[in-house]
Amino acid sequence: MQNIINGVAQGSVYALVALGYTMVYGVLQFINFAHSDIFMIGAFVGIYAAKWTNGYFPPIVQVMVVTLCAMAFCVALALTIERIAYRPLRTAPRLNVLITAIGISLLLENGGQVIFGADPRQFPSLLSTTSLLNSDELVLNNIQLTVILVSALLMVILHWVVHHTKLGTAMRAVSFDIEIASLMGIPTNQVIVFTFAIGASLAGCASVLYGLSYPKIEPLLGVMIGLKAFVAAVFGGIGNIMGAAIGGIILGLAESFAVYYISSSFRDAIAFGLLILILLFRPAGLLGTFRREKV
Amino acid sequence: MKPVKKALGLLSLSLIIFSASCTKKDASTSTQAANVMVGEELIFGEFGSMTGSESTFGVSTHKGIMMAVDEVNAKGGVKGKKIKVVSYDDQGKSDEAVTVVTKLLTQDKVHVLLGEVASSRSIAVAPIAQQYKVAMISPSSTNPKVTQLGDYIFRVCFIDPFQGSVMAKFALNNLSLKKAAIFRDVKADYSMGLANYFAQEFKKMGGEIVVDVSYSSGDVDFKPQLTQIRDKKPDVLFVPGYYTEVGLISKQARELNFKGVLLGGDGWDSEKLTEIGGDSIVGGYFSNHYSADDQNPAVQNFVKGYQAKYKEVPSGLAAMGYDAAAVAIDAANRATEMSTKGIRDALATTKNYPGVTGVITINDERNAVKPAVVLKVTGPQKFSYIATVNP
Repeated sequence: MQNIINGVAQGSVYALVALGYTMVYGVLQFINFAHSDIFMIGAFVGIYAAKWTNGYFPPIVQVMVVTLCAMAFCVALALTIERIAYRPLRTAPRLNVLITAIGISLLLENGGQVIFGADPRQFPSLLSTTSLLNSDELVLNNIQLTVILVSALLMVILHWVVHHTKLGTAMRAVSFDIEIASLMGIPTNQVIVFTFAIGASLAGCASVLYGLSYPKIEPLLGVMIGLKAFVAAVFGGIGNIMGAAIGGIILGLAESFAVYYISSSFRDAIAFGLLILILLFRPAGLLGTFRREKV
Repeated sequence: MKPVKKALGLLSLSLIIFSASCTKKDASTSTQAANVMVGEELIFGEFGSMTGSESTFGVSTHKGIMMAVDEVNAKGGVKGKKIKVVSYDDQGKSDEAVTVVTKLLTQDKVHVLLGEVASSRSIAVAPIAQQYKVAMISPSSTNPKVTQLGDYIFRVCFIDPFQGSVMAKFALNNLSLKKAAIFRDVKADYSMGLANYFAQEFKKMGGEIVVDVSYSSGDVDFKPQLTQIRDKKPDVLFVPGYYTEVGLISKQARELNFKGVLLGGDGWDSEKLTEIGGDSIVGGYFSNHYSADDQNPAVQNFVKGYQAKYKEVPSGLAAMGYDAAAVAIDAANRATEMSTKGIRDALATTKNYPGVTGVITINDERNAVKPAVVLKVTGPQKFSYIATVNP
């Protein structure tokens, strides 16, 4: 049981980051490698925001303010990157955009090392940890619960946005066929901007949740999280929102159980082993169908 | 297609030339490995983790070294020669350590190498120091392998078998706890060494190891392993890792309601331990090279001098850095010939040198024979002295 709680909490973070990958892929058919580094920047913004707001708010409000700051900064950063690096390449072959994304990712990682230093930083503990469920066998604390609930809430909101709003319909239309969508009078560039903004805000929120549970933040933080989230996205069927959410949670659970029953050295092997298995047997991913519903 | 072929041809040609020039360089360096006389200045080359996840180790050690060197320079240096220290940051990475040490030996032409704190990095660079025949003194790498790599490699600290057995003895004799769990870092030679010797000694003395699991340095989530440990209900958990992970481990262990006592080695010795671990780590014990609370006058003089210079209490690593430099200076003073070989020979005969971290004698395996202390974490950045364990 304890493993399930641990795994779901860890998986929720993967899922939130995976959503950013999967949404951008759904719309533009390219993998935004810089996404996980936006997540890393969000965590650093969280550290600074927590420092500045310290003492002005009660803890719960402070967490919200810090999360909003991180989300706002991530959105601004993602939009800047989209405007400067990706939009000029909209008509270029997909490989060019992919390489640009890798370049941006490296820029953020190494730029982060210059600005923040290679030293890991301590994410301030904004919420004091209290156990909610407390027995010898099973422990659930407020931070784990917050991570799980906030992630679930965000996914529900996202699902609603995609399926029940005009914007969501537009996003689905653009993912279906970008040229026809623009012929139908859908402002495709705006829709793409929104997609990036939503992905980045999820990453911003995930970064604060991550910081609360694992208070060690460093500029290369995004690398491993990014790979895992990417695996989760592919696992669930890239381009599929539900798939990314489920993929993230399954990955979290698989790691948790693998480490408990086998060995910690297999943690990453399990993640990438899953990726290989899925690509072998279900290339479209767990929920990916032949004509899948994409965002 | 043709230009491509041409380019490929050029590339392979340049590769051949490049590799040829490389072999040439190798040939010339092997002749450089001869005995180098000390010129106007005695040069110490220091390499350490000034940044990265073990940054406080490198920075503290550096402060200790600089203090020892400044003291001697103020008194006129060694046999009239001033000491110069060239320091490089290896960012806590083995490959970077190899690069900077090669630079220290080939470009800066240092006479003595001081470093590293971490055993993995000392092991990575020791063969290079041996190749250039320049004495290397590790201030605090405790893995036995380090000094086995060549007769130019020394250390001024005790080794893992001793540290692991000190904690095993401490758990059984001082704390009277008989069920232990081990949580080791598979990526660090240091951690593996301590864990092995702890297990060996603990079992030999009648204790029981109920579970032995591992993590990899850099991990942030330890809950699955800690759940496994908690379920086996040990009295003590031995975590011979470095402070960043130990802080996170203790935090997550307490979150999972683990109630046993945490034990560790000198890798815990950093003010960041309690910064990361918070209250969760309070009550843990670890073995160390020295304690600032030790009332020995040599220790108290050092603490006073260090506080006057840096406005902080010296950590064990600072004291080790100080002793490493002091032992090197002592050897240079006693050396019959002021050269890289002369200093090496003098180092090998160091006997009963009164260091800050205890009386140091270098044995035939070029290890220091000296006592260890056990400290208890009592509050934020507060470690109190509990016991001294002799070899």
